[in-house]
Amino acid sequence: MPVVKFVEFDGTEHEVNIENGQSVMKVAVDNMVDGIVAECGGCCSCATCHCYVDDAWFAKLAEPEETEKDMIDCTAEPKETSRLSCQIVMSDELDGLVVHLPESQF
Amino acid sequence: MKNEKCIIIGASHVAAQLAPMLRQQGWQGSITVIGDEYFLPYHRPPLSKAFLAGDKNTEGLLIRTPANYKRAKVKFLLGTRVSRIDRELKRVVLDDGESFQYTKLVLSTGSNVRRLPLPGIDLKGVNYLRSIADIEEIRPFTGENKAAVIIGGGYIGLETAAVLRKLGMKVTVLEASSRILERVTTEQISSFYTRVHKEEGVNIVTNAMTVRLEGDKKVERVVCADGKTFDADLVVVGVGVSPATELAEEAGLKIDNGVVVDEYCRTSDKNIFAAGDCTSHHNFIYDRRIRLESVPNATDQATVAAKGINGDFKHPYNALPWFWSDQYDIKLQIAGLSAGADEVIIRGNITSGRNFAAFHLKEGKVIAVDSINKAKEFMIGKKLILEGKLVDKLKLADEKVEMKDLL
Repeated sequence: MPVVKFVEFDGTEHEVNIENGQSVMKVAVDNMVDGIVAECGGCCSCATCHCYVDDAWFAKLAEPEETEKDMIDCTAEPKETSRLSCQIVMSDELDGLVVHLPESQF
Repeated sequence: MKNEKCIIIGASHVAAQLAPMLRQQGWQGSITVIGDEYFLPYHRPPLSKAFLAGDKNTEGLLIRTPANYKRAKVKFLLGTRVSRIDRELKRVVLDDGESFQYTKLVLSTGSNVRRLPLPGIDLKGVNYLRSIADIEEIRPFTGENKAAVIIGGGYIGLETAAVLRKLGMKVTVLEASSRILERVTTEQISSFYTRVHKEEGVNIVTNAMTVRLEGDKKVERVVCADGKTFDADLVVVGVGVSPATELAEEAGLKIDNGVVVDEYCRTSDKNIFAAGDCTSHHNFIYDRRIRLESVPNATDQATVAAKGINGDFKHPYNALPWFWSDQYDIKLQIAGLSAGADEVIIRGNITSGRNFAAFHLKEGKVIAVDSINKAKEFMIGKKLILEGKLVDKLKLADEKVEMKDLL
């Protein structure tokens, strides 16, 4: 089964199993990863599942939609590699994905 | 302590947030969730959206997986109703007479749909919309070119209308007052949604007081007070909800448009907490007692309550209310409460297209924002509300000025 690694703001790491087709946000919630709040349940409405995708992985993700880009732009600390984790859907190519969590959701 | 017992009444958004968190933060006793439905806590907002449309299945609705609760040692008693709370003996009594002791009790009983006491309301094909079971009952009556009548032009009714149009049905919305969304938003937003639903082919009828439903075995038509009738293969009733306070009331807890809780989600009994739709709280931002029908409120209050149950009272609840609604290609995000506003500033074009934001001002300060496919306006709007300073109205109305520059 593919895995995804979350690195919390304080450096705590969580490596969790994830099924293809599942969102990265969903497994974070299911594994009690602090720093992924996900208030809206994954409909790209709240920007509380903001994460920074590890540089090595960022280019492999599908392009974000306008709404997601706009939401990210207005978060506390947007970066080049920012994504909303509810919009990252797992696939074989993303096995081993590493995401870092921002201080504002810490 | 190991022999402590926490019982949560309601397998809700609150329970899904509170139970695992309580464990994570060090609660060593038992945690039991009692729910009257047969499902683990699930996301309710998609019921009138992706779930009704068939884009999401029951498993996809679950907030957390069974494995998650297992790891947190959270036990569920599903399909089970609590009949009363015995505060003196600190126990809850089930319908069948069985009872359970508690050290701490959480009420997350949510809302009850408002029922319409009309002739014919019990006919087949007439449904409310609050649970998975309701949707399963609605499904067989949907289908291309069939007629649906929706009673109630609130968010639930309109979201349902949007999905049923997508499924190819002929849809009529009957609204008793003079405009849709009257209870929750301003005239401008009502007009916008009226236009959009007309563009999508929905027949919106205002000042339509339903008096009875007719049919032989199953519903065939809806009759209004002025004699107008509307053919219907399916009727969905969405006329609001009321807080489910029956248990709390009977137990003698303080009630004021919901179970009264303080900023730590404590009720008038120090061993009983409450969170979510069933509660009312004093909101610091608007300085009045409010009751919210909203998921963010439920999860935020659950977080505060989990901490309080573990004895941590350092984080009072003071979140800004926010809501969302998806209809057709429109993402509506609402921050704040617009009641009491004395001015509305529109940013973008409200009379054509589907892309604008309405800022609700009171004495020159933003108190709420409705954003239609305008995520930046929503995100920055939240900050403007919390800042509470006078805003430059000309800049706010000017799309060429970046939202960030208004802070």
